[in-house]
Amino acid sequence: MKPFKTLQGLVVPLDRANVDTDAIIPKQFLKSIKRTGYGPYLFDRLRYEDVGEPGMDCSNRPKRADFVLNQERYQGAEILIARENFGCGSSREHAPWALDDFGISCLIAPSFADIFYNNCFKNGILPVTLSAEQVDMLFSETNNVVGYKLTVDLPAQTVTTPSGTVFRFEVDAFRKHCLINGLDDIGLTLQQSGLIQAFEGKHKESAPWFF
Amino acid sequence: MAKTLFEKVWGDHVVTVNDDGSILLYIDRHLVHEVTSPQAFDGLRLADRKPWRVGSILATADHNVPTTGLESGITDPVSRTQVEALDENCREFGITEFPMGDIRQGILHVVGPEQGLVLPGMTVVCGDSHTSTHGAFAAIAMGIGTSEVEHVLATQCLIQKKPKVMRITVDGELAEGITGKDIALYIIGRIGTAGGTGYAIEFAGSAITSLSMEGRMTLCNMTIEAGARCGMIGVDDKTVTYIKGRPFAPTGSLWDKAEQAWRELHSDPDAKFDKEIHLQAEDIAPQVTWGTSPEMVVPVTGSTPSLDDARDEIQREGWTRALAYMELKENTAIVDIAVDKVFIGACTNARIEDFRAAARIVKGRKVAGNVKLALAVPGSGLVKQQAEAEGLDIIFKDAGFEWREPGCSMCLAMNADRLEPGERSASTSNRNFENRQGVGGRTHLVSPVMAAAAAITGHFVDIRDWR
Repeated sequence: MKPFKTLQGLVVPLDRANVDTDAIIPKQFLKSIKRTGYGPYLFDRLRYEDVGEPGMDCSNRPKRADFVLNQERYQGAEILIARENFGCGSSREHAPWALDDFGISCLIAPSFADIFYNNCFKNGILPVTLSAEQVDMLFSETNNVVGYKLTVDLPAQTVTTPSGTVFRFEVDAFRKHCLINGLDDIGLTLQQSGLIQAFEGKHKESAPWFF
Repeated sequence: MAKTLFEKVWGDHVVTVNDDGSILLYIDRHLVHEVTSPQAFDGLRLADRKPWRVGSILATADHNVPTTGLESGITDPVSRTQVEALDENCREFGITEFPMGDIRQGILHVVGPEQGLVLPGMTVVCGDSHTSTHGAFAAIAMGIGTSEVEHVLATQCLIQKKPKVMRITVDGELAEGITGKDIALYIIGRIGTAGGTGYAIEFAGSAITSLSMEGRMTLCNMTIEAGARCGMIGVDDKTVTYIKGRPFAPTGSLWDKAEQAWRELHSDPDAKFDKEIHLQAEDIAPQVTWGTSPEMVVPVTGSTPSLDDARDEIQREGWTRALAYMELKENTAIVDIAVDKVFIGACTNARIEDFRAAARIVKGRKVAGNVKLALAVPGSGLVKQQAEAEGLDIIFKDAGFEWREPGCSMCLAMNADRLEPGERSASTSNRNFENRQGVGGRTHLVSPVMAAAAAITGHFVDIRDWR
């Protein structure tokens, strides 16, 4: 997994609450058996006038001019800000795969859905939870300033605005450690194989009907 | 010390607590389907790893499978590739699979309990958010992403942070026609789609225990729609009776020991919860969603909201967009909304009890002229077989329903079953997101009896008035 340490990136504002994973990557793209190639179809229904199908060349598809990701000023954005409960719905990891493939490395919202939040960390994407007021402020600053960038520092757990306002955010120590170092957590867990085997032995004794 | 149900099951599965506070949690049952697993199996192969315990895994294809014309197989080549990849992965790694054509094949969240593969006190995972269904059996059942599917395959564990625990108690007596689905939607309407975020939810109270196991599965299924990590209900006689005699359930003296242990799986009387919500069953009317999020829900006697009632600008914005997408005006009475298609099925409501209840409504009647398609899609081959043995298929077909083969079907429209742009459904599935049931499709979530009644009348009606 690619590590995430610090990022100074252009911000794109997606002013919606309850953005679901069906919206992030529609079901027809879930038929792929790969982890890559979802970027062109990110937010497919919101981004394009027509309906996308897997494998479609997106370069000439008609785009919806009113959708933020299509606007000139947000091209190259790496940080996406949104309203509460971002990533709700389906557990599809294709959602973070699509965000990553598109070039989004950091998400900022007042809250995230659990499964999506977890999936982000497995794919080198940092989801940052700030208060609704802080996110609101970021929305108005982003809307007002073309080329608005934020600096996200994972080791320090801070988001810094161009004017120097610093917001601190919380993140679990384990997730932080894995993301900063780009660690494969399966490898880490397998280092504890002995513990797992010992637990499994006892568990089988106390609840043999599970085995 | 008094413990909650969640704490009891969780505590029985902690392999170790790491220095950073993360917990290695042992997983008893892993359900696998075609959409979220191929990349996980590829990951295993790339790292030259093997599944830790193949006996813990059951696989079946459900999301992509067609519900008609099974004799010609899957005609969509992309869908077919995915289902064949599952078959191939199961063969390669020695995993038990119920392939297409097997009578036991169906929606994983119907098949698991039906086979006795989900037992009280288990930890259950699946690369599908509606895994929460299995909490009806006092199991900790969580939906996970593909990376975690790979992690569980390789290590039999998940790295977890312990969630907080909320208890939602629903006391009192449900009115005739009020189902687990209505309770679920009512709760989501009250606490919102993020109301359960960071929590495991235990459902308790006389209205909950009055539900059948099917009704409890429906309720727990939709816990994820409230944002919770999982939903759970303690063990009682109904739980034990449901499991007994199922193909993978324990037998003989092992059953006796298991039952004894399961009987302890409820919260202790003095257990402390991080949050408690009390609701009254008598307050719950048949629920109908009007918008594009399950929290946009009202009683069938209600109307779409007035924008001026929004609590803030963000909600007003959300309601405005939802009303526009649904092509509904403010203050529209729910009973005035006509539907184009009706779908009875999905992991929420595709069990035998759901079809029995819906069949009672449609029996001897005909689907309304404005309803272009009414689908009844059983959750598994065995549900279909049972329904046919009871003659339910004939009742549905006589009324003008199509009686289909098992699968996820129009819940997410990955196969050919879908809404066309602008079409409106009464659907027993769990999500009314934009484009969920087909591009431009408009979904109203309801219980099976409400969907059946809407099929007959062509619009929503209060099932409590059904004669």
